[in-house]
Amino acid sequence: MEQMLAQVRRVAEQADAFVVSSEETSVQFETNRLKHIQSKQSSSVALRVVCQGRIGYAATTNLEDSPHLIDMAVAAARFGIPAKFELPVISTYPQITIFDSKVESVSIEEMINLGEELICRLREHTPDLLCGADVSKDVHCVHIINSRGEQISYKQTISNLSVWANLIRSTDMLFVGDGESSCHPILDSDTVAKEVLQQLDLAKHRTQAPSGLLPVVFTPDGVASALIPSLIAAFNGKMVLEGASPIGSKLGQKVFDKKLQLWDDPTIAYRPTSRPCDDEGTTSQRTPLIEQGVVTNFLYDLQTAALAHTQSTGNGHRGRSGLPTPSPSALVIAPGKVSLNEMVSDIKEGLVVEQLMGAEQGNILGGDFSGNVLLGYKIENGKIVGRVKDTMVSGNTYQLLKKITAIGRDPKWVGGSLNLPPLYFSKVSVASK
Amino acid sequence: MTDIAAIGHNLSETLKKYSADYIEAHLEESQASHITYRGRELESVDQTTAIGGNVRALVKGGWGFVSFNNLDDLSNRVELAVKQARLVGHEQSSLAQVAPIVDVLPIETHRNPITIPLTEKKKQLDEYLDIIWYTPQIQTSTINYGDSQKKSVYLNSSGSYIEQARTDTALHLVVVATKGGEVQQAGFSLGSRGDFSLIQGLHQQVAETAQRAVALLSAPQVKGGEYTVVLDPILAGVFVHEAFGHLSESDFIYENERLLQIMTLGKEFGSAELNIIDTATIPELRGSYKYDDEGVPASKTYLIREGKLVGRLHSRETAAKMNEKPTGNARAINYRHPPIVRMTNTYIEPRSASFTDIIGDIEEGVYAKNWYGGTTSMEMFTFSAGEAYMIRHGKLAEMVRPVVLTGNVFTTLKNIDAIGNDLEMNQGGGCGKGAQSPLPVSNGSPHIRIRHCLVGGR
Repeated sequence: MEQMLAQVRRVAEQADAFVVSSEETSVQFETNRLKHIQSKQSSSVALRVVCQGRIGYAATTNLEDSPHLIDMAVAAARFGIPAKFELPVISTYPQITIFDSKVESVSIEEMINLGEELICRLREHTPDLLCGADVSKDVHCVHIINSRGEQISYKQTISNLSVWANLIRSTDMLFVGDGESSCHPILDSDTVAKEVLQQLDLAKHRTQAPSGLLPVVFTPDGVASALIPSLIAAFNGKMVLEGASPIGSKLGQKVFDKKLQLWDDPTIAYRPTSRPCDDEGTTSQRTPLIEQGVVTNFLYDLQTAALAHTQSTGNGHRGRSGLPTPSPSALVIAPGKVSLNEMVSDIKEGLVVEQLMGAEQGNILGGDFSGNVLLGYKIENGKIVGRVKDTMVSGNTYQLLKKITAIGRDPKWVGGSLNLPPLYFSKVSVASK
Repeated sequence: MTDIAAIGHNLSETLKKYSADYIEAHLEESQASHITYRGRELESVDQTTAIGGNVRALVKGGWGFVSFNNLDDLSNRVELAVKQARLVGHEQSSLAQVAPIVDVLPIETHRNPITIPLTEKKKQLDEYLDIIWYTPQIQTSTINYGDSQKKSVYLNSSGSYIEQARTDTALHLVVVATKGGEVQQAGFSLGSRGDFSLIQGLHQQVAETAQRAVALLSAPQVKGGEYTVVLDPILAGVFVHEAFGHLSESDFIYENERLLQIMTLGKEFGSAELNIIDTATIPELRGSYKYDDEGVPASKTYLIREGKLVGRLHSRETAAKMNEKPTGNARAINYRHPPIVRMTNTYIEPRSASFTDIIGDIEEGVYAKNWYGGTTSMEMFTFSAGEAYMIRHGKLAEMVRPVVLTGNVFTTLKNIDAIGNDLEMNQGGGCGKGAQSPLPVSNGSPHIRIRHCLVGGR
């Protein structure tokens, strides 16, 4: 890579290379039994150049093919946009622990046992359940090198356990599931099992959902499916720069309920979303986004920050083969003081929404969402009485987050990158058949 | 560049040395370019190349799969896949018999979009950008253009060796309008099998899209509830894909006894007017191919005929387990994934009703057009319109905010009570299943009318 950078410097004022190589092994279960073992080796190199002030970019999976890669990037630079940024001088990075060698030594047999044990426990509870599961481990190395002669490389381990299950009674289908991820090896399935068993217990009876404006509690998964897509778009520095974010002009203003605190945090130890620096080499930092309801920051990469006359927040994300773009690492909403049970017992008639299907399909930018309740329960006189179906829940993220009735005290990691508590709103639109 | 055909021929010999019930390998080489505009500016131009492959082995019903970018030491990869399959397998392998096929398909070089100069592509997109920004009240827009060419080699332990190639072109355009804190968007997606001319000449459509985003700012939102809904061919295509297509993918059902009982052939899903088809055999559509990723020739499959379930989509394994014929529907998005059962081009066959017939007797209803997306849980599904109008007294009335519709496969298909005469295929979609997204597919339908459809709203 040093050699390639040396060659690039003859034709480009600035350049950086982003190299990722990984080894991933996964053990997959279908219909209650082991079905596949997969291992995936992959490598990629992405090269960004600035030639005559313009950005060019190319990527390949062939680490040996640097002359062609340079040619492609330089050719693209002829059409590229003017570069406004300076690549970072890589100083010292914070010590963020994201590697555990124990993940590498987990054996395939141990992974198989973990999956079997989990499925077995779920089926002891509900014998007719059909389960799928995925147990995986991933070791990857990231190497970033730039034309200022700076470089950093780090190694990360990720271990994952997820399970999904369905129960079919005549033409009625119930879907439950949960997952967990960490940079440590996941060696027991207790947390995931308990979550799924609780879903099964709550969904045991079918009830008819009411229609109208009702009190609704969104569980952490419910918050992730209904409200988070809008917030991710709204805090993206690019959307703000373009004027497409509804909160883009509201920096320093109170837009949300004063109970609401939201931040982005790539520095939490042993989380798969943590890293010492972003994909451009900018040091990782915790970035507050909402403090006591006030908009405090947006997320930036180098180029977007330069255009907006501000600093990168270390959120330059590039997947394996794209130009950097602002993206959250791990979004966290601060937990409140109320338990989920207390929220439920406060409601005479309402819903608990666990999974909302299709909610991300609407006008996300404007904050509108509307989805079918894939998993949700009806509350009657302060108690969950059963599962609802054929029900749509709709709303607007900004209107709802202006007045939050209560924030739950028990947060949960959802999808590996969101740490969310339950949220309770007093009036949400519910339509049911 | 590395010659994947030569590597493939060598590997054919290697596969024979291992003892497994079945081994296959894929090698792939691809090139792609993308042009992205955000707001008034060109945001990025990039070019990427990739080379990689995989080996998949079946032993006693268990599968091992190994994917890689590094093409050295392929015999080690084969060995690992076989070893993994052995760890998994504890029963009898079943795989539908397919005669070995040796075929080298010519590459369509006459219209490879990769070879069109970037300047020419950019000129076309610049024209669209100008049209968007000529419209007042536009806040921002994104235009994503991409094209790719992929060459692939498939070989297996029974002696098949197939070389195929495909080119793809896709355009996604989104226009955002704002006014006093309100944000609304409109857009469209389209794709082709590498034919750049289909990306050209869209000036009128671009202008209408920009005007619609602005008009939505003052459009009211539908009140949530049950409506009679009329879908245009594009949205009805997304509907058929989500509402029924996924349920006909046999990997969901072949080992699920309860689902099998629900999905018995002959079961009634809709009225006698309803025919649903999936086929990869229509030339020029994005879901088409000659052989799937298990080397099985593509076919035309009736999923529903005269309202009754008559067929489903198979891989070699699901076909054997269900004792049905393979349909050639095993597809992988790329070499990093094993093939799974997927749709290709899925559509509702046209009937005789005209659009005026369809809306003529609706007192109050919703006309939903175009699409944002759709998803399914098998039983329940949602799909969202990009554009919507009220129908009042049998006529199209005011524009409303785009709606999300939801339904239940066992009731909604039965509620289709009119099927139009104007079939159109939508080439702009990509389908996601498992970790594999977006897979090129197309779907289509004539206009259809659905009674008692649940619409989300305030």
